Amino acid sequence: MGVTRSRLHAVCAAALVVTLATPMSAQAPARFGLGRAATPEDIARLDIDIMPDGTGLPAGRGTSADGATTYAAKCARCHGPTGKEGPNDVLVGRLPAEGFPFSQDPTLPHTIGNYWPHATTVFDYIRRAMPPTAPGSLTDEEVYALTAFLLHANAVIPADAVMDRNTLPKVVMPARKYFTPDTRKQSAGKPRP
Amino acid sequence: MKVTRRDLIAGAAGAMALSQTARSEAQAPTDPSKVRGKPPRANGERAATAKVQRLVRGGTSSGTPHQDLMGTITPSDLHFERHHGGVPEIDPASYSLLIHGMVDRPTIFTLSDLTRFPSHSQIYFLECSGNLGRTAGPETTPGQLAGLTSTSEWTGVPLATLLREVGVHKNAKWLLAEGTDAAVLTRSVPIEKALDDALVAYGQNGEALRPEQGYPVRLFLPGWEGNASVKWLRRIDVSDRPFMTREETSKYTEPFADGTSRMFSFRMDARSLITHPAFPTRLERGWVEISGIAWTGAGRIRRVEVSTDGGKTWASARLQEPVLPLAHTRFRHLWEFTGTETVIMSRAVDETGYVQPTRAELLKLRGPGTTGYHLNPITGWVVQADGRVIYKEEPWA
Repeated sequence: MGVTRSRLHAVCAAALVVTLATPMSAQAPARFGLGRAATPEDIARLDIDIMPDGTGLPAGRGTSADGATTYAAKCARCHGPTGKEGPNDVLVGRLPAEGFPFSQDPTLPHTIGNYWPHATTVFDYIRRAMPPTAPGSLTDEEVYALTAFLLHANAVIPADAVMDRNTLPKVVMPARKYFTPDTRKQSAGKPRP
Repeated sequence: MKVTRRDLIAGAAGAMALSQTARSEAQAPTDPSKVRGKPPRANGERAATAKVQRLVRGGTSSGTPHQDLMGTITPSDLHFERHHGGVPEIDPASYSLLIHGMVDRPTIFTLSDLTRFPSHSQIYFLECSGNLGRTAGPETTPGQLAGLTSTSEWTGVPLATLLREVGVHKNAKWLLAEGTDAAVLTRSVPIEKALDDALVAYGQNGEALRPEQGYPVRLFLPGWEGNASVKWLRRIDVSDRPFMTREETSKYTEPFADGTSRMFSFRMDARSLITHPAFPTRLERGWVEISGIAWTGAGRIRRVEVSTDGGKTWASARLQEPVLPLAHTRFRHLWEFTGTETVIMSRAVDETGYVQPTRAELLKLRGPGTTGYHLNPITGWVVQADGRVIYKEEPWA
């Protein structure tokens, strides 16, 4: 096919128009289609978080008496025989009276009984991270029992209380009412350290 | 975080050992122009006589040696680290991130999936909210005092892109980020931040993340307390409520003098720190360039003021351009040291007008027993008549 000079010009001009009209970068699609669908089994294998309303708590149960043995065997080395001695975090101890004097007294330990606002956090944290020598190795029954042991040692629940997926979320922690959200957004521009 | 006497002694001993090593390694010829130099190497390394290192503190953190650095970028191997269950070893080939909860399509992304999404790179600081040596003595370096802040260029996929990919529900309000370290660390993050500037980061200063920075993938929340930027990210659970994890309730909260405790205090407020002259520098009389870093989780540093007379008068320091938002900003101020003892200090003002407070102002609100989180007081260095520079907590006079 013969290509005339004028046709060449026309093609070049058309190419130029097309080039100018083409966006520098394509618009992002609604989806990229990357990744694979997670199955319920995939999710169940990893989904270990517990919410304050008890969402995520597994089957099982435990009492303070059940937990005492496990505590002595797997926890006391770092947290002390009664949870008050350390050397790691002091877990047990209440304040003598109503109030929240942590800002005034730097020696006050932040224990489960005097500082933790939600009982479900105790279960969640022990199960995911304790003991440090074998994290995630405790059974759900052991975790319920340890949770009961620590809540009872902190005088938050009675000695015979059974902790399970129904009772644990109903435990009201003494420090709950003292926690406030961050209000700095409302005071933007004014110093509120 | 406390700096004990033992830390200081260990640090000083380490520095001494380092300089001795450096001397023995350096066998520089008298005239380098008369000796053929070394061949190329696959990996470069610092000059033997210019080695710097982090200050390791206990088994859970190490700090950036600000007194040894210049400019604004922290070398990756000197970026501070803080972890709650050690640094995990993760095989990138078997790494995956699960996003589930209030989404249309629960999805598992491999590392290769994540790197195929459109990426974003930006220079940001990252600061641990416990970044203050509270009981520091006179022989305290800037790194010992505030080494838990660093600045890198981070690369990753915006979390907003991933949330769109999985079809996040309109009524989602929070998400849980979870790491695959031995602490299986978790933090709740508001959805507004997730959809704003949060990154699922896999790059740091042009290469893969360092292991202690979350290799292969971490969450990065610009301007927010470091603990919330969950490293070794394995799972995101989208919800309409916060999860009230151990870190965000029993740990990273601040008691106030009014008998409350503040939670979800994410933003890091403006702070500045003179990094030279500071301990262990010994000044000669004459002109000195006072230099330091300033940063704010609220955006850009607007101004840094420097006082060389113990806070009686203040002058605006020069800011190194470009002043980037949510990144360390270098400030400099010329001063003539005449041999008279004085206190030098700096205070930052950010783009919202927030002024870095004094320790007294902070303690008035927080009380003397407050935790070490979110404390950003003005720092003073005493320059003694003989040129020795030491740390001193206010009041300085």
